[in-house]
Amino acid sequence: MEGHLLTGATFCLLVSFGYTLFTLGAGRFRPGAVNLVSILGGFLLLTIDLKIRGQAQGACPINSLFDVLVFMSWATLLIYLIVGPAYHLSLLGAFTSPLVFLVLLFAQLGPVGHSVAGRPPRGPWVELHAALTLIAYGAFALAAVAGLMYWVQDRQLKRRTAGALLYNLPPITELGVANARLLWLGFFLLSAGFSAGFLTGMPVNSVKFLTSAMIWAAYAIILALRRAHHLPPRRMAAASMLVFVFALAALPAIQYLSSPK
Amino acid sequence: MNIVCAGLSHRNAAVGVREQFAIGTHELEETLARIRRIDGLAGAVILSTCNRVEYYTASVCPLRVMDGLRSFLLERTGVEDAPLYTHESPASVRHLFRVASGLDSMVLGETEILGQIKQAYAAASECGASSRHLNKLFQHAFRVAKQVRSETQITRGTTSVGSVAVDLAGKIFGDLSALRVMILGAGDTSERTARSLVSRGVKTVIVANRTFDRAAKLAEEIGGLAVHFDHWPNAFDDVDILICSTSAPHPIVTREKLDPLLRGRDGRPLFIIDLAVPRDVEPAVNDMESVYLYDIDSLEQIVRQSLEVRRAEVVRCEKMIDQHVCDFVTWMRTHSAHIV
Repeated sequence: MEGHLLTGATFCLLVSFGYTLFTLGAGRFRPGAVNLVSILGGFLLLTIDLKIRGQAQGACPINSLFDVLVFMSWATLLIYLIVGPAYHLSLLGAFTSPLVFLVLLFAQLGPVGHSVAGRPPRGPWVELHAALTLIAYGAFALAAVAGLMYWVQDRQLKRRTAGALLYNLPPITELGVANARLLWLGFFLLSAGFSAGFLTGMPVNSVKFLTSAMIWAAYAIILALRRAHHLPPRRMAAASMLVFVFALAALPAIQYLSSPK
Repeated sequence: MNIVCAGLSHRNAAVGVREQFAIGTHELEETLARIRRIDGLAGAVILSTCNRVEYYTASVCPLRVMDGLRSFLLERTGVEDAPLYTHESPASVRHLFRVASGLDSMVLGETEILGQIKQAYAAASECGASSRHLNKLFQHAFRVAKQVRSETQITRGTTSVGSVAVDLAGKIFGDLSALRVMILGAGDTSERTARSLVSRGVKTVIVANRTFDRAAKLAEEIGGLAVHFDHWPNAFDDVDILICSTSAPHPIVTREKLDPLLRGRDGRPLFIIDLAVPRDVEPAVNDMESVYLYDIDSLEQIVRQSLEVRRAEVVRCEKMIDQHVCDFVTWMRTHSAHIV
């Protein structure tokens, strides 16, 4: 059953992604109901999937890299559905769907470990730590998407090309604001997640700790520089993309080091 | 029943001819009443805009109505060799659908014409000059225009330098109401561009011109502030849009000059519109962080791109219209016998 739900969610995001590509190719891209309905459908299927697996495991289903990728995809869609309409960033969904689609596809087809049955229960702080950290990853994913949109719009404005994207992407100022706010949201959630991690009292692998601290510090530096007016929006957009790529690449290592041996 | 259309437009008549045929709002009711006396005419709608004057009528005897319209126009204008075109359905139906969709407009894809057609139809309906077939025809035309606009790119982009500048400002800043605009050189094009921005909500405009009186006059007209030309860098704080059109023989806005002015802006974008030839702004300014420089060539290129996109859409629009013409003609055939 869960497998079908996940396949269905991946298919929904593929529809949104495919529709975006098709309309862009036809030169008449407008984010619309197809994108929103597909994303909403994908989100609902993922929510049901997580609920079923959570009930089966008796805990938040974040026990393997597979679980982590699915949960992060769900968190990214959740934050998009909250943030997107608030900032009138309907196109953010069109850019988000390929990212979540690829993450889900990798979770299902890639060399990732699945949950082990009969795992001993963990404390609530561990659950909170894992959930908050992955929701923060969702916010960082969307910040990276907003950063990418900022770059695309900046490039179009600088090159003076009036393509379909120029007319349909949100104003560059709004993209810069969305990028910054999503980074702040992610940073706040990540800090809260790390605080919860400290409260677990569990011994922490030093490599995992250092990698996580580096990601946290990288986001902290970006935000501090921006706040001190030393980082223009374009560079902040680039930095948010680079750090997220690093964080995504480090995720399997962190998950491996977090798994019980 | 047949739909007859007779008229002239920018395509076949110069403005000097069109103005002789134009019908003002105040004389519309009387004109409708007069043409309704034409033998065999069941209803009429008159569309009179700056680019066209057209009579849409419903009749069972189209030839008689066409003759009647010609006589009426000759009597009204005294123009004997008027370049009138006449269409019977289905050509007349297709013509109205094309006009409503902006395909027959001077600026391809413009949307103002739809509002004018709606007004013309409302005026005819109010004085009881329309008929069942014309009601159906015009309602159908509104639907066609809406579909063509929403499902094709016939209205995409903008087709004048001023409106391109406004569009770009929207793509950079979003809301224009809080922006500050500075005009360097009070030329006609910069004035038009500034007026376009003011019409879209910009409230603060600063005008700097070598002749201060000219700056003061323009500032007064558009509700802005005038500054002496040499003092423009001092008034540059928080300017979001800079419009340049001086007649200086060399660039007056250079990277060196802008660099200190942009410090402390915290990455807030600066949109520069350089309308001058020779250019007022050094091209290297476009490489600066968060600065977007558009000269007259780049603005005109965007206008051309928009028109090309619109032209490329005409075939799709025509296909949609063909389908609607078939639908309407089918409806007319099934209802005509009943009316007669």
